[in-house]
Amino acid sequence: MIILFGVFLLTLLVITALAIVQTESLFAAVILTGIFSLLMAANFFLLDAADVALTEAAIGAGISTVLFLGALALTGERERGKSTNRLIALGVVTVTTLIVIYATFDKPRHGDAEAPVHQHVGPWYLEKTPELIDIPNSVTAVLGSFRGYDTLGEVFVVFTAGIGVLFLLSARSAARPESANPSAEPGQGLRHYLVPRVVGRLLIPFVFLFGLYVQFHGDYGPGGGFQAGAIIAAAVILYALLEGEGQALRALPMDVLKWLVAGGALLYGAVGVAGMLLGGNFLDYNVLASDPIAGQHIGIILIELGVGITVTGVLLCVFHAFAARGKL
Amino acid sequence: MYYAVTLATLVTMALALVRALLGPSIYDRILAVNMFGTKTVLFLSVVAFLFGRPDFLDLALVYAMINFIGVIAVLEFIRVRAENDISEKGAGS
Amino acid sequence: MAIDIISWILLSLGGAFVFIGGLGALRMPNLYTRMHAASLTDTMAAVLIIGGIMLQAGATLVTIKLAAILLFLLITSPTASNALASAAILSGLHPEEGKIDAREQRE
Repeated sequence: MIILFGVFLLTLLVITALAIVQTESLFAAVILTGIFSLLMAANFFLLDAADVALTEAAIGAGISTVLFLGALALTGERERGKSTNRLIALGVVTVTTLIVIYATFDKPRHGDAEAPVHQHVGPWYLEKTPELIDIPNSVTAVLGSFRGYDTLGEVFVVFTAGIGVLFLLSARSAARPESANPSAEPGQGLRHYLVPRVVGRLLIPFVFLFGLYVQFHGDYGPGGGFQAGAIIAAAVILYALLEGEGQALRALPMDVLKWLVAGGALLYGAVGVAGMLLGGNFLDYNVLASDPIAGQHIGIILIELGVGITVTGVLLCVFHAFAARGKL
Repeated sequence: MYYAVTLATLVTMALALVRALLGPSIYDRILAVNMFGTKTVLFLSVVAFLFGRPDFLDLALVYAMINFIGVIAVLEFIRVRAENDISEKGAGS
Repeated sequence: MAIDIISWILLSLGGAFVFIGGLGALRMPNLYTRMHAASLTDTMAAVLIIGGIMLQAGATLVTIKLAAILLFLLITSPTASNALASAAILSGLHPEEGKIDAREQRE
């Protein structure tokens, strides 16, 4: 029965994808991309991958839609001109599709115990997590401790992406200094809409609290730094949408955001260096406390905090970079 | 019984998708996305209960929040676009 | 046993509301009538379905989480519809008027 649901959702996914490609109005394409993200997250959920579904929901359906809309506000809304040479593209896509379909004939069945992904390292992680790290969520254990280097790389990728976006989008701000002055625009935002403003302002602290819950609950259930960073950024973006970007910049100025962006990655690296200073290897959590398991817990909490801080900072910096270039 | 409710929710998601594809004005599409979001929340709650995993309910809560923030973002976009159109017409003429 | 029957009734009613809402959003002629169908049935179906599951879950942590989801949906879903309707009116998309008046004038 669950398979029937999965097939149904995947069919809707194909229809949405075709519609996104076909439509000429970019605004409709952005809305359909939001629906695509929701469908994908429901699929991940049916496959029992809760952490991935949470991340897809928070970042794909929420933050991406807001950023796309911010970009749309700066450009036109219709697709401009059809490219003439579509036959070559169609040919390449058809050949690639046939190759991929041929490759799926050799795929192991879903959940097969003899599949390659269930040999080698996978069972070792699942077996050793209660003994070495002792937290219920093995995804966080693999992400934070067994594969800590990879996550360090991910945090630095997010950091670099943030720097890249800021570099590209603030290039013109020197030519238009009046648009970056927050006190010049008092009370923008949805000021004609009383009910959404009141309800939204009521909800922001709860969204914040839920973001903190997801951050620190990553050891025990789905959650962790990436999801929590997206949720907290969504709370601040909601405030910026309701009260105007100037107010949001007054609440969390750009300097604080830049410190957040760099500080998270620094925290991660600092935990690694602290491991070295205390006698172990780089990113060795066993030496952080007297008991190795307590050290693992402390290490995972600290690095997840670092990840969450960097993701919040980067998402908010990108949002403000888009919003400041608009003709608000 | 849970399967029947889940099937009804999935069919409604498909109907909302059709409305999002058809809807002549922007507001029809926003309405369809909002409905899609709440139906996804209900779908996730029922299936999380079916699977017997209460910690999956955090997902449903996140979706509800994201749905609301998404609708507010779209409305802000429409307002900004309307203001830009007015200011462009005023500056151009 | 009684709890099972009540929760079955709530769940089937909720499922029926969900489907009616989807059908209404597709077949209604006007934006505002579609908004009626979508938002009213959304909220009612949420109350019925989550209420039905809460009865099945008993007095555990699951019930509290479901109550939180229900509370959130109850507060944000009508607000989103209100915001959407305000935006539509403020941008000039008026509901069609004049048809009921013509019928009343004839009688």
